[in-house]
Parts: sequence; C-alpha cells; structure tokens
Amino acid sequence: MSAVLSRKTFRPRLATLMTMLVVVFLLLPTIIVIPVSFGSEKYLQFPPKDWSLVWYRAFFADREWMEATRLSVIVAGLATLLATLLALPLTLVFARGKLPASGAIKALVLAPMILPHIVTAVGLYITFARWGLTGTVFGFVVAMAVLALPFLFLTLSAAVSKLDPALDMAAASLGASRFATFRLVTFPLLLPAILAGMAFAFITALDEAVVSNFLSSSISKTLMKKMFEDIDFDVSPIIAAVSTLIILATFVLVGVAQLVRTIQTRRMGKV
Amino acid sequence: MPASLQHEALMLAQPVSDDPRGFSLRQSLLLAAPAVLCLLAFFVVPLSTLVEQSLTSPRLGLQNYVRALGSDLYLLILWRTIRLAAIVTVLALLLGYPVALTMSRVSGRVAGLLAICVLIPLWTAVLVRAYAWIVILQRQGLVNEALLGLGVIREPLRMLYTEGAVILATTHVLLPFMILSIFSVLRTIPPDLDRAAANLGASAFATFRHVTLPLSLPGIYSGVLMVFILALGFYITPALLGGPETLLMATLIGQQTTETLDWGLAGALSVTLLVITLLLVGLFGRVLRLEGKG
Repeated sequence: MSAVLSRKTFRPRLATLMTMLVVVFLLLPTIIVIPVSFGSEKYLQFPPKDWSLVWYRAFFADREWMEATRLSVIVAGLATLLATLLALPLTLVFARGKLPASGAIKALVLAPMILPHIVTAVGLYITFARWGLTGTVFGFVVAMAVLALPFLFLTLSAAVSKLDPALDMAAASLGASRFATFRLVTFPLLLPAILAGMAFAFITALDEAVVSNFLSSSISKTLMKKMFEDIDFDVSPIIAAVSTLIILATFVLVGVAQLVRTIQTRRMGKV
Repeated sequence: MPASLQHEALMLAQPVSDDPRGFSLRQSLLLAAPAVLCLLAFFVVPLSTLVEQSLTSPRLGLQNYVRALGSDLYLLILWRTIRLAAIVTVLALLLGYPVALTMSRVSGRVAGLLAICVLIPLWTAVLVRAYAWIVILQRQGLVNEALLGLGVIREPLRMLYTEGAVILATTHVLLPFMILSIFSVLRTIPPDLDRAAANLGASAFATFRHVTLPLSLPGIYSGVLMVFILALGFYITPALLGGPETLLMATLIGQQTTETLDWGLAGALSVTLLVITLLLVGLFGRVLRLEGKG
C-alpha cells in the first residue's frame, strides 16, 4: 500500500518541478522590464544601479510618444465599440435567428483570428494604399474591428448560450415586444459579458502590432509601431517605461473585467 | 480569454437553433448584415486584392508563383519556417504538458494562481515581450552578466539575432495556448480513473501512459494544431529578435511588401502561407471535430 502511494506521488513531483521552472520562464519577460524602467543609465542595466523616473519623464515629454499613445487609445476605443456593435446582433441571430449559409458566415467571422495576421496586414496595406486609408483613424479602426470581431463573437456567444430561454418566454407571455424583451431582459443579463468582452477587445486592439505596423504612415503611428521602430533602431529605456505603463493599464482593465464577471456571478447566484 | 476562444474556434460549428420565438429570416438578415458587409469590405476584399496582385502584377500569369516556389532561396525560407514552427510546437508541448497536468491535479486555489501565471504573459503585449528578451539576451544583458559574474564564460555570448532567440521568444508567446488547450481536456478526466488504475496495481507511470495520456490526446491535438499554425505566420518576434539568417515566410512577405515593393511576389508568398494554413485547419480541424464527437 505504501509502495503504491509513494509511486503515485513520484510523477506529480517531477511535474511540479517542471511547472515551477516553466512558470518562471513565463513570468520573466513581464517582470524584467519593470525594474529596468526605473533605472537612470542610458544603456540597459539590470538590476539598475540607482532608481529614478527619468524615462517616465522622457516619455511624457516626448511629443511623438504622446501622439502615438493618443492615436492608439482612440483607435482601440473606437474599434472596440464598432466590433461590439457588429458582434452583438450577429451573436443574437446565431442563437435565435434563421440565417442561410450560417456555417459559411461563421467561418467568415472567425477567419481573421485563424489566418496569419501578416497576410491580413499585407492585404489591408495594399488595399488601403489604393483607397487612401493608410495612416487614417478610419483605416486603423475598421482593421482592428475586423480582428476583434471573432473574439467578441465567441465571448458573447458563450454568454448568450448560458441565458435561460424561459426568461425571454416569460417576458413575451407578459406582453413584451421583441425589442422590449431585448432591452429589459436580454441586454441587462448580457451586460457584464459585453463589458468584459470589450475590455479584452480593447487590450487586444491596443497590443496588436502586425496590422498596426503596416497601416501606420510616417506621420501617423500607433504606439506599437512607434515601439517597433524604437526597438529596431535604438533600445532606449523609454521603451521599458512605456512597457511598464502598458502592463499596468492592461492589468487594471483585466482586473475590472474579472470584477464585473464576479459580481454578475454572485448576483445570478442570488436569483 | 483568447486561448480558450481560439480552441473553440478550431472546434467550430454549433447548429443554429430553430427557436420558434427567434427572429424571422428578414430580421436575421438585417441584424447580420452590418458585420458581414464590414468583413467583406475590410477582410475579403483585401485578401482578394492580394490574390489579384499575385496573378496580375506586373502582368497576367503565374510568374509570381513560379518565382515563389521555383526559387531555392524562397523554398529554403519556407522549409525554415515549417522547421521552426515544428520545433516551437514540440517545445511548447514538452514544457506545457507538465504545467497543464499540475494545474489539473492541484486544489482550486493553487490552480487559479497557476492559471494567472499562464495568462499574465498572454496579456503582455508581444512587443513588450520582444523588448524584454532583448534586455535578457543582449551583450550586456541579464544572462551574459550572470554567466560572466559566475565565471562560466569569459566573453559575452552572442544570443540575440539568432535562430535560438527566435525559437525561445516564439515558444514563450505560444506556450500559454498549448497549456490552456491541454488543461481544458485534462480537467474533464475524473480523478477516480487514476485511483482505479492504482488500485489495480498500475505504477504511476503506467497510469499516466495508459490512462491520462490517451484521454488527453484531443487537447494535445488541438494545442499542437493551434501553436503550429500561429508559429507559421509569426511576424513581430522574428522581425525584432532574428537576424538575416532567420528570415521566415512572414518577415519575407513583409519585406517584399514595404521594402522591395514587389506586391506580386508578396501576394504569391501570402497565398502560399494561406493555403498551407487552410489545408492544416481543413485536414486536422476535421479530424479534431470527429474526435470530439466520438
């Protein structure tokens, strides 16, 4: 008996050791940039000799960095909004409607997530060059919305499939119109999932680098394009400061999204 | 959570419900139209433009495909891309499986903590991570300083802009997808099966080999497919961490588009990459779906 037990614990112990090493590997890059951003040397030093905020000041004082940040936040915000407005009706149709060729439409919606981003990026680059959309807010927004659409569609579909159809039926039997049912029953129940999906879509759009890289022009650059160029030419610790700020913003957003979800689960539990 | 979503996407297809309280055909079409039109204009048209360029630039014909697939250099780059994607996939599987296994065997709180550790890199922008690898691997970087300090080496090692750096960083980006894909299957295996095998006298290794591993195969398949496909099209990481000898399909396509301005060739190379991806999804995606039903 004891032999069986000791043999049983042998394997997980090996797996546990491997897991700890892999976790260090996974977390290392995210963690390493934070101390680097608080150094004061021009070239990279780890750990930094003395601590300072020079690179943060340099970031906020630099017009080009500020413009890239502004553009990226605007683009990510508008793209998230557009993708949500497109994904929500589509999700409802897939759950409760009749759609011819629904398999083909679903494949079309999910395709931007599965096909290599480089191919989408180059296709958009060539097309937008013809249409004069390169480097425009409109161009960035529609491109990012297309990339965000599959993620929102899947998040919202999962949420819709968890809704109790009896609630709709109850509203209908009480005389509510389809629209009233949606506005007063379906939408409020979906709201937390919509908000969480939007938070993730915003992060994805903000962090997207491939399409961003190809659609940027010399005068209109997203934050990721600016970072890409700066990493390629001269690896300044400003990039560490920018990275730290992006990590911080991402975690605040993810935290809020999780919080919204938790609150919703609790509320559902009470009902 | 993009990974689980991607997993779901590869599994695809859920029947459309024919709920009697649902939308009529006309309402359905109206509601779906904006998304479909947007995808047609800003996704289908750009991809068609690429195909068109590959067939018509500079003149009508297949010359771009002859150039792309008839040149030793481009075939070498294609082979290198497939090889690198395969190495990354194997590494991700070897590193990811133990993590997924541990996640499925520990208590809820520890599993949640591990899940956060797996998700943190996913939520860190790819560019931020590429920058972090430069900090770690460069001449005066973390690894070189540590090895010099310990007296293991005399001269700093050249690690950046090598194939090794690209493999390391790409594996890092794709590992979470593999872990989540395997974990999603492992957690559905009842722990009773392990105990039953142990009671019947199977060693821990035999239990793993004959019970856990076979049952987790669907997760392995979908993780492998996903990581391999994503690795084939990787652009940012090889562009920043690779050197001239690590030019891959994606970086080559980028170069032809913005530097050489040879859109015909860029189109032909893109279509090649696209066809390989679609073939993989078509062939193995189907196998996965059948597995899932069986």
